[in-house]
Amino acid sequence: MMNCQQATRLMSEAQERPLSLKEQAELKVHTLICSGCRRFGEQMHLLRRFTKASHPQDKDDSNQ
Amino acid sequence: MNNPRPFADNEELTELRQQMLSFARLQLSDEQQAEDVVQEALAGALKNAAAFNRSASLKTWVFAILKNKIADALRGRYRQPQMTDIDDCKDCSLADDQLFDERGHWHKNERPQRWDAPEQLVHDEHFWRVFDRCLDAVPAEQARVFMMREFIELDSQEICAALELTTSNLHVLLYRARLRLRECLEDHWFGAGENA
Repeated sequence: MMNCQQATRLMSEAQERPLSLKEQAELKVHTLICSGCRRFGEQMHLLRRFTKASHPQDKDDSNQ
Repeated sequence: MNNPRPFADNEELTELRQQMLSFARLQLSDEQQAEDVVQEALAGALKNAAAFNRSASLKTWVFAILKNKIADALRGRYRQPQMTDIDDCKDCSLADDQLFDERGHWHKNERPQRWDAPEQLVHDEHFWRVFDRCLDAVPAEQARVFMMREFIELDSQEICAALELTTSNLHVLLYRARLRLRECLEDHWFGAGENA
């Protein structure tokens, strides 16, 4: 059975490649019983949306 | 619509140029090329100033142009390979002990919490400051590939080719960047009584 570390890793990879049917099934089973990973999955999509909408700043952006 | 003169303010322009430059440097690790893409992006923006729509912020608009210039520059690289910056993926062996226990389950106090009202945040300046600080806290190599992927919007293949990374190295770097960024946002924004 998949653990949280493997599940989150797969959810991250799902942002780069389509998951196999087997991976999708295992992930589904895991997130059904794990609310933390379920939220993690939703938050991956949010991170993508936030980053797309962001304006990268100067690394030492302390002059304001 | 009359001309909004988006570049009327010299000070604003200078500051914007600095921000563009530091972003381009981070992405390209090449001073000359960074200068070039920023010049091109600014020139393109000035040329099309009339098309600039005031409803978008100037910065959003100019960064959108810069993003395309950087993507072009990076894509151009695999025809002339030159970079070997991230060859051995130091972070790949870094443990995630702080987040997961020995069986690979979330530590109790690290389990992701619910994020309230994420839709409202796009217009919240305070949120973006926290977001930037969190992004700054991600180790440089991870932040770099993360921004290539999520901001410049290159695909995995393009990033691997540009940085001479294997796909699995790339996936690990992206995973770590996301773990950290997510955790930082939760600690400093979502879980911090909204306005910490």
